[in-house]
Amino acid sequence: MRTDDDRAGLNIEGLTVALGAHHVLESVDLAVEPGETVGLIGPNGAGKTTLLRAVLGLIRSESGTVRVGGDRPEAARSRIGYVPQKHEFAWDFPITIAGAVLNARTGTRWFGRVGRDDRDATETAIERVGLTELRRRPVGELSGGQRQRVLVARALARRPSLMLLDEPFTGVDVPTQELLTELLTGLAAEGTAILMTTHDLAQARATCTRICLLNKTVVADGPPGELADPDLWLRAFGVAASGELRTLLGAGEETP
Amino acid sequence: MIEWLTEPWTHVFMQRAFAVAVISAVVCVVVGSFVVLRGMAFIGDAVAHAVFPGVAIGFVLHINMSLSGAAAGIATALAIVLISQTRRLKEDTVIGIFWAASFGLGIVIVSTQAAYTGDLTSFLFGQILALDDGDVITVALIGAALVTAIALLRRQLTAVSLDREAARAAGLPVLALDIALYVMVTVAIVISLQAVGNVLVLALLITPAATARMLTDRLGAMTLLGAAIAAAGAIAGLYLSFHYNLAAGGLIVLVLTAVFLIAWLLAPRHGVLRRVKRRTTAASNRTSNAPG
Repeated sequence: MRTDDDRAGLNIEGLTVALGAHHVLESVDLAVEPGETVGLIGPNGAGKTTLLRAVLGLIRSESGTVRVGGDRPEAARSRIGYVPQKHEFAWDFPITIAGAVLNARTGTRWFGRVGRDDRDATETAIERVGLTELRRRPVGELSGGQRQRVLVARALARRPSLMLLDEPFTGVDVPTQELLTELLTGLAAEGTAILMTTHDLAQARATCTRICLLNKTVVADGPPGELADPDLWLRAFGVAASGELRTLLGAGEETP
Repeated sequence: MIEWLTEPWTHVFMQRAFAVAVISAVVCVVVGSFVVLRGMAFIGDAVAHAVFPGVAIGFVLHINMSLSGAAAGIATALAIVLISQTRRLKEDTVIGIFWAASFGLGIVIVSTQAAYTGDLTSFLFGQILALDDGDVITVALIGAALVTAIALLRRQLTAVSLDREAARAAGLPVLALDIALYVMVTVAIVISLQAVGNVLVLALLITPAATARMLTDRLGAMTLLGAAIAAAGAIAGLYLSFHYNLAAGGLIVLVLTAVFLIAWLLAPRHGVLRRVKRRTTAASNRTSNAPG
């Protein structure tokens, strides 16, 4: 039984989303408590990105509810930090790292000058992703790993209580993977609720406190070590879990 | 030499021409920076051509041709925005359809008239040397309003340009900001028609901003530099026009294009020569590092 914490974090109940004539998501139930890091794993087309977009309030659901800290997504926008996939961002725009991170805070509101609070949040966010030295560099000159860090800093600058990350470990170098893992662990320890999609099972196991197998609906949901049942993987991906995959999940040696 | 420089300023019609050309050029750069960065040059082209039937209708009905032109341009811009929301068709396809349709409409309307008159051709090719004080004041006031609007919306327009989805998720009215930008593009084009005319106005909107983009990696610097280039190009074009008795609008555009080509070749970081040099340096480094 959850009690006081019902209002904190992310709560999705019975979420059904249709794009055109097809149901992309069907009665999805998922909760992410403050301090939890949940990895969303599923095949291509399983609805992972659609689920994130529903939490962001970008698409209308057919039924079900999404609550962020007890509020509808539209009312919780200032508390959500969204890290999109790298190709969503216009890297050829003439702006520095510091400018891009500051704009994530100041470009999305209408009133008020850019104040000390904005600059502090920007500097802290840039420092947390380890880009302070490069803060004056144009975003067009950055490597893949540095670009991912900029996107994370843009989300952090909003001081979110819920972080949504879309494939944060795809196409980034090892130092950035390590930095992100450590950063997400730190954020969770501070009470941030974190939900990320990923294809990288090893990373999910290293970073996430829970893994959610998604294929239109939630197939399984639990700590990484508990998702060893080959049947779950068969249902989520339509293939039996390979030996390698089960080793990654810590499933031991037995054959199915 | 001094006389060459001062003589144009002794004529009132040239003073007005300098004022309108410089204001138009600067306003077009301020709006055009976002057009270039969003890759929307085609929108400018479509709107510029859509203004033509509006002007023609104004001419036929004897109403203010700037107003009817602006109305047609804004209507086309809105149609493009709304139809390209469907995402089934790419924006440039929708623009291509409206671009041709509006010019066709303009030609049909003009063909109902027995003869062209100077009024209509001046909208096609500019009438920079035949302005009155009212024209100068109108262009100055509308230009100031546009620059103010861009300054006020700068952060939001940047946010949408950087990441449309994130901006939408953060609650920005992305569609309304698109429409606002398109309307500002239309108004900038309409006030610039007198300087360079319908056919060449795209050059004011795109060329100086693109030149500045070659030279800097900051939006603020890009806008200021582009404005300086545009103003200088407008003045240089008018001098050449005055002394050699050639078409002013065309010369302004040719000067701006020449500056662009020079920047494209010589830009310190992104220029062609710089890149070639870097490549040859890298190649010779490889050769010298190769084990002998």
